[in-house]
Amino acid sequence: MFEAPSFSSLNLDVALPGIFLAGWATLLLIVDLFIPKERRRLTVWLALAGIAVTFVLNLVMYNRHEEAFKGMFIADPFSGFLNIVILLTAVMGILLSVDYLRRTGIERGEFYSLILFTTVGMIFMAGANDLISIFVALELLSIPLYVLSAFRAPDLKSEESGLKYFIMGAFASAFFVFGAAMVYGATGTTNLPEIFSALGGLGQPGGPSVFLMILGAGLIIVGLGFKVAAVPFHMWTPDVYEGAPTPVTAFMSVGAKAGGFAALLRIMIVGLPILTVNEQAAAAWQTTLWLIAAATLILGNIVAISQSNVKRMLAYSSIAHAGYILMAVAAAGTPGIGDQAAQAALVYLLSYMFTNMGAFAIALSIEKDDGSGTSIDDFKGLGKSRPLMAAMMSVFMLSLTGIPLTAGFMGKWLVFQAAIQANLIPLAIIGVLTSVMSAFYYARIIINMYFGEGEGDSAEGATSYVRWTVYIAFAGTVLLGVAPMLVTTLTDRISLAVSMLP
Amino acid sequence: MVQTDAYIVLSLVLFVLGALGVLLRRNAILVFMSIELMLNATNLALAAFARHWGQESGHLFVFFIITVAAAEVAVGLALIVAIFRSKRSINIDELHQMEG
Repeated sequence: MFEAPSFSSLNLDVALPGIFLAGWATLLLIVDLFIPKERRRLTVWLALAGIAVTFVLNLVMYNRHEEAFKGMFIADPFSGFLNIVILLTAVMGILLSVDYLRRTGIERGEFYSLILFTTVGMIFMAGANDLISIFVALELLSIPLYVLSAFRAPDLKSEESGLKYFIMGAFASAFFVFGAAMVYGATGTTNLPEIFSALGGLGQPGGPSVFLMILGAGLIIVGLGFKVAAVPFHMWTPDVYEGAPTPVTAFMSVGAKAGGFAALLRIMIVGLPILTVNEQAAAAWQTTLWLIAAATLILGNIVAISQSNVKRMLAYSSIAHAGYILMAVAAAGTPGIGDQAAQAALVYLLSYMFTNMGAFAIALSIEKDDGSGTSIDDFKGLGKSRPLMAAMMSVFMLSLTGIPLTAGFMGKWLVFQAAIQANLIPLAIIGVLTSVMSAFYYARIIINMYFGEGEGDSAEGATSYVRWTVYIAFAGTVLLGVAPMLVTTLTDRISLAVSMLP
Repeated sequence: MVQTDAYIVLSLVLFVLGALGVLLRRNAILVFMSIELMLNATNLALAAFARHWGQESGHLFVFFIITVAAAEVAVGLALIVAIFRSKRSINIDELHQMEG
């Protein structure tokens, strides 16, 4: 019968970073009410302080490998590394927001609490080890993001962006949760390692039903595919990214992706690696993910070419980058490649985080207070008016393309390597070809900045907070490109694949 | 006693109806109600499976879904109200400020 677990058996300290930040965000919401309007900066510093403490807590427990809440949550190097990515994203997102919110006239204190709440959702997503906790974390990640997208209300674009994101997000969650229900129906458990054990008897009499498992896994892929903006579930991305306030776009293009891929990798590698049609073969979901990855790569990169708005261009570029990470997830379906693929995906996320935050920071600098000025043509002449920023933007664009000595190259290198090891050669070839294609639209911005006819934007949005974000992003992009071992020593410890195979 | 299979078939039908509603309806409120239908189809399936397996975690999942759906309602209706104030319409086909 049901027994209430004792408090100490919950092992709460394992989930401390997330719990601390959740408490901090709640307190901040209340404290902010007592901060006078002209001293709003205090809220910013309090939010950053909360993230800093969480960051330290996370580093302290990086090497732990323990479960909390009776196995529903797990702290391991995988979640530890993702937390680093997520918290850095949050820091940069907040730094970008400070002056942007003021000059666009939407400075309200709850903004920072909402950012912290989604960050908590992402942290729990990274450590969730049970379909129930993944679902709750997914919603905690998504719901504040719906509000943040519409934060520029009554601006119609922003409201539209919020409503579209909400409808698509809720639709996706419904798919995910129905898939989770089917997996529960087949195996009788929602815990990922237990699902793994139950799958040993797949298709045998009394074992999990193959029909329910395939239906469940498929619906879970659809649900998370929406969240990470994979083709054909990407329709919402460009509109939402364009309409949302730019710092929010920057934050969610990385953060929501990190959360979605965390859940996808953990479900696929921990829960469903042996969901196979016949034994010793690659997992049954590999072909599906292979096709989704290929479609995402091709469509994202081709449509990005024809975009004239830099936010939309970066939206399609983020779809394309989701394709590269999906390549790693697909590779994880081959037995024995799981850990390598997870490491590649994480390094890719980190490199994408630095590069993309930097690119958005510069796009935000040339944006006007009314939200205009984000066309590709607005970059014309930036090389003359703001040489340093133009140079850094060029590095970000090269890194997004994947040129050696930048972070983007390291990420792509590891992902392609994982795909080749997993025997997905055609997918790797598609990846290389689409990377070459992507050079076309990234280079267009560089050409506009240096050779375009124009006065050159004065980039008044580049206040000191924004400049600092650009410097952090630049340092990360270059450092990761030149000295990748700094990061690979961290990711080397990651092992997701269940080693306690019977 | 009704077989578990019957519940699952019913929940699948409800889920598909909900999904079709999201894709075919144009009124934001009705789209939203269709999403709720999908979530409740899931709840039905979970409750049926929980009975089938004779354990609680399915029921637990149902409670979480109900709670989360309530939070979603709060945000979703607020967004719909906000857009109605600016546009005087909640037809999702008219949401086309951004094209490209």
